[in-house]
Amino acid sequence: MSTENQEKYEKYYVPEQSPWPIIGAIGLFLLAYGGANFIQQTTGKYNNDGSMGWIIFSVGLAVIIYMMWSWWRDTIRESMNGLYSAQMDRSFRQGMLWFISSEVMFFAAFFGALLYARQLIVPWLGGEGNNAMTHALLYPDFIPQWPLTTTPAGETTTAMGAFGLPAINTAILLTSSWTLTIAHHALKDGNRSALLNYTAITALLGIIFLGLQAYEYYEAYHHMGLTLGSGIYGSTFFMLTGFHGFHVTIGTIFLIVMSVRCASGHFTKENHFAYEAGAWYWHFVDVVWLFLFIFVYIV
Amino acid sequence: MADHHPTGIKRWLFTTNHKDIGSMYLWFSFIMFLIGGAMAMVIRAELYQPGLQFVEPNFFNSMTTMHGLIMVFGAVMPSMVGLANWLIPMQIGAPDMALPRMNNWSFWILPFAFTLLLSSLFMDGGAPNFGWTFYAPLSTTYGPPSTDFFILGVHMMGISSIMGAINVIVTVFNMRAPGMTLMKMPLFVWTWVITAFLLIMVMPVLAGAVTMMLTDRHFGTDFFNAAGGGDPVMFQHIFWFFGHPEVYIMILPAFGVASEIIAAFARKKLFGYSSMVYATASIALLSFIVWAHHMFTVGMPIAGELFFMIATMLIAVPTGVKVFNWVATMWQGSMTFETPMLFSIAFVILFTIGGFSGVMLAMAPVDFQYHDTYFVVAHFHYVLFPGAIFGTTAAVYYWLPKWTGKMYNEKLGKIHFWWSMIAVNLTFFPMHFSGLAGMPRRIPDYNMMFAAFNQLASIGAFALGLSQLFFLFIIIKAIRSGKKAEDKPWEGATGLEWDALPCPAPYHTFDTPPQVK
Repeated sequence: MSTENQEKYEKYYVPEQSPWPIIGAIGLFLLAYGGANFIQQTTGKYNNDGSMGWIIFSVGLAVIIYMMWSWWRDTIRESMNGLYSAQMDRSFRQGMLWFISSEVMFFAAFFGALLYARQLIVPWLGGEGNNAMTHALLYPDFIPQWPLTTTPAGETTTAMGAFGLPAINTAILLTSSWTLTIAHHALKDGNRSALLNYTAITALLGIIFLGLQAYEYYEAYHHMGLTLGSGIYGSTFFMLTGFHGFHVTIGTIFLIVMSVRCASGHFTKENHFAYEAGAWYWHFVDVVWLFLFIFVYIV
Repeated sequence: MADHHPTGIKRWLFTTNHKDIGSMYLWFSFIMFLIGGAMAMVIRAELYQPGLQFVEPNFFNSMTTMHGLIMVFGAVMPSMVGLANWLIPMQIGAPDMALPRMNNWSFWILPFAFTLLLSSLFMDGGAPNFGWTFYAPLSTTYGPPSTDFFILGVHMMGISSIMGAINVIVTVFNMRAPGMTLMKMPLFVWTWVITAFLLIMVMPVLAGAVTMMLTDRHFGTDFFNAAGGGDPVMFQHIFWFFGHPEVYIMILPAFGVASEIIAAFARKKLFGYSSMVYATASIALLSFIVWAHHMFTVGMPIAGELFFMIATMLIAVPTGVKVFNWVATMWQGSMTFETPMLFSIAFVILFTIGGFSGVMLAMAPVDFQYHDTYFVVAHFHYVLFPGAIFGTTAAVYYWLPKWTGKMYNEKLGKIHFWWSMIAVNLTFFPMHFSGLAGMPRRIPDYNMMFAAFNQLASIGAFALGLSQLFFLFIIIKAIRSGKKAEDKPWEGATGLEWDALPCPAPYHTFDTPPQVK
């Protein structure tokens, strides 16, 4: 029975010991401990100047980058030495899909905050439902509206329009999804030059997107008075777009690494999980942006 | 040699073996259990009499907060992940978890995360003191400086849990032995895979909540501040969207454990296997639409109160199915009452009491009376201690021979059971009464009229604390000098881990998948 199965099934590769997980855990610890100190020092809310927050944070970051580099280097070597079976490939794919699912829920928390604020908090502060007394006693002058350009406490700001930079950025991201799909098909057809060119174009579009977003933030902070502190509108605006921008940054780095790996001939028509993972991640970031564009900018 | 394993400290630091990682998870959770338990002892000592005896109110608040956080994230959740690591690959005939290196990372993040959290006890302003639910504005505007370390600690725990959950799902969906169809999987595997779905869905939401807390505290955002158009109540909604599924994350694997053990010692097949699977899935789905029953008194629109009340009561249906099935499994079985069975039967009875008080709390108009009283404390300790902890304890006794190749001393095990059984009821049952009489939770001092109930509870708690040290003694004694276990120490046990593997299970199992008929 067992010999029969031995012939029938490929052996699943269970890796030997690896130092990277625990190094990653140490890195995360330094990142968190240093990060908390760093934040406290920078914002000056607490008397915390004695600790070397930013140094610990930077060391943590360096450890994490070193860990990721080495861990993936090992994985790539094993994969290219043919240690991975088709079943292993499925493990990676399913793992990536569930990771993206968890990311969807991370965004869902912030989208939830945005919708709750717009649909419930602001009307309630304006006296809707059984909240007439809240309105009358707390903020009688408050006018409920969205975008909330005047907070209950009276701070004012300007809303970010949808059809300037944001619309251009939408077009850029949609285009990048399209170029990435061309690259992906080129990979499957074994067309190396198209693969390289279109992957690089996609990464470049990501960089342009980030540049435009930085410019948008600059405009918001310096000319529109729209900051993180501009009430719930500013909070949700920067949290959602900032968090998305962070993901675009990761996705862009992902794609740049994939371009380098394509150039080094790491991928074959059949075996290119890492590339597809990068592509899935990029499409995910793209879809999140569409929701952002609708709910943060347009509606 | 097939059973070769690495030696020395590197074996544990660098391991990719699901059994090593499972053991580390279990020991880690037990250490956390003792630390969180020590905090509970501080709480019960202070509450032994009215008035302030031992600790400052602020420190008392830190104790309730840290006790909750450590027990939820440090003791119960890792113990369940430890069981998953040890059992799932053996139960589905897989050589290991699907992503072994990530598995090790999931574990090693935890000791560091809890070092960060525990270090807050020594910081200026003290440890977090706003309750394990860390409601805004207590945690945002009024939180001590250590709150920021707590926030990043929670981020680390979240990363660990999500990776652990991904590993479980991928293992179950991709690594089952040929013939191990989904509906042949042991119920422990089923309950864990559903738990893992819950983890992936809600841990990121918790991460979002603490991120908003962090920006509210330091970067001027107004998510939980009405003056800026935000709302502290929104924090509660986001927190409990995580928090309620979290409750099931802690209990569902224990359901799986009880289902296996009761069937084994009743020497019958589990009654209603498929209805157990569907009931577990229904509980998980319902857990997403009931969160606001934790906040009936916060001032929600009446339609919201009604919706969350009715949705919550619906959970009693699948839970009832499960309890019915456990009882029906025992019905006319040839039962014997070894320690794991005793803990499992106590689990069914006491968890049901916790479930009933849950139905009481689910009724919005009645909850207005119970809210934030010791009745709530009694309720959730009944589902967590005799629920999740008894479940884990039963699992440890049941699978110990499989893990170590040694038997525990049955007599000592029975003493441990009756000791815990009496102590747990002595601790938590009086809290129902003090709660109904109006004693608020998270308060270091109380009215004279609650003194008797509190003394009973404190005496019970000290006995319960001691019983856990006794548990530790039994386990260490078993590992060091226990009787050698037979390959199948339990007559009625079923499943691949008992039928296809010796005791103790070799370091590497199922390099070649077994054929499941």
